[in-house]
Amino acid sequence: MHELSVCQALLAQVENVARDNNAQRVDRVILRIGPLAGIESRLLQDAFPIACAGTVAAGAELVIEELPLVVRCKNCGAETAAAPNRLICGVCGDWHTQLVSGDELLLASVELTKS
Amino acid sequence: MCDTCGCNITPGNKHLVEAGGKLAHSADGKAAVDVLHGLLSENDRQAAHNRDHLDKHGVLAVNLMSSPGAGKTALLEATIAALKDELRIAVIEGDLETENDAERIRAHGVPAIQITTGSACHLDAHMVHDALHHLDLSQIDLLFIENVGNLVCPASFDLGHHRNVVLLSTTEGDDKPAKYPVMFRAADLLLLTKSDLLAVLDDFVPARAEQHLRRLANAAPVLQLSARKGAGLQDWLDWLRAEIAARREARQKFRAAPKLSGVLK
Repeated sequence: MHELSVCQALLAQVENVARDNNAQRVDRVILRIGPLAGIESRLLQDAFPIACAGTVAAGAELVIEELPLVVRCKNCGAETAAAPNRLICGVCGDWHTQLVSGDELLLASVELTKS
Repeated sequence: MCDTCGCNITPGNKHLVEAGGKLAHSADGKAAVDVLHGLLSENDRQAAHNRDHLDKHGVLAVNLMSSPGAGKTALLEATIAALKDELRIAVIEGDLETENDAERIRAHGVPAIQITTGSACHLDAHMVHDALHHLDLSQIDLLFIENVGNLVCPASFDLGHHRNVVLLSTTEGDDKPAKYPVMFRAADLLLLTKSDLLAVLDDFVPARAEQHLRRLANAAPVLQLSARKGAGLQDWLDWLRAEIAARREARQKFRAAPKLSGVLK
């Protein structure tokens, strides 16, 4: 699956942040992921230590904050919670909706120990 | 996922993703650096570069995605046979192994670049960039990128293409859009392929496939076709012609627009 490629992209960003901040060690990496990002959090958790081995982020904790799936109805304007395969309005049932939140794949923050 | 800048932050979700200041401190006294970057921003940057490159040459790039065996290469063969006197076509083929698909395409007299991904389950913008350098874009109107047969991973990677076309063959379930929402939500056009088999398959209902697509809030057109028998091909070819015409029109408008730098003094 593609979680290892995503992890490698993540690691490249984390290494940049560590370098820019003269970090000795990366302690924690915090991601924010929506259900429609196409990323399986558990697989990312499995891939992370492998990608990080031998880098400044070796041994770092990966924290994944799951973001809610929310749609706004173009018909009635309501904002409602949705499921990945059911993005219809929770109030009027119209399928003409816009995603407000749920497809994010973000590196939120990096916690590090400075040298 | 964000198709352009990779930041994924909109006025709607800003309050959900923002936290603390630029350089905050965690509870245990570690330095905490806020980043808020899309994880695939490096891929997205490369994809934007690819798109600029294609736009400069007026090439329409179509990303074909489906499960393995849904008929992507057969569709390309039928499309090339129908359009090769009208449009200059090229193909980038993505597979884990073999040059088979590229050879099938070359047999029709159009250039084909094969990307073998090894174990990678998708194409990314860097692989497509390398392939673009083997093509003379000034001699191409329409570029197909046949992605690796997979309904999961290819949906997460922008390649720098303009349109996503997703194929769903009638021998698969009509509930595939409900099972693979990330992929089908990204479709700009859904093609129901192998339509000639509908007569012998009693469990695939095209209207049901469309209903599942609409539940993903996707208004993309749904077309039925059979690449082998030629049924329904005209609608697909017309869709391609309309996309190319729209791209050319946008390009001409862009070129005709007065340069702002000369006006603002």
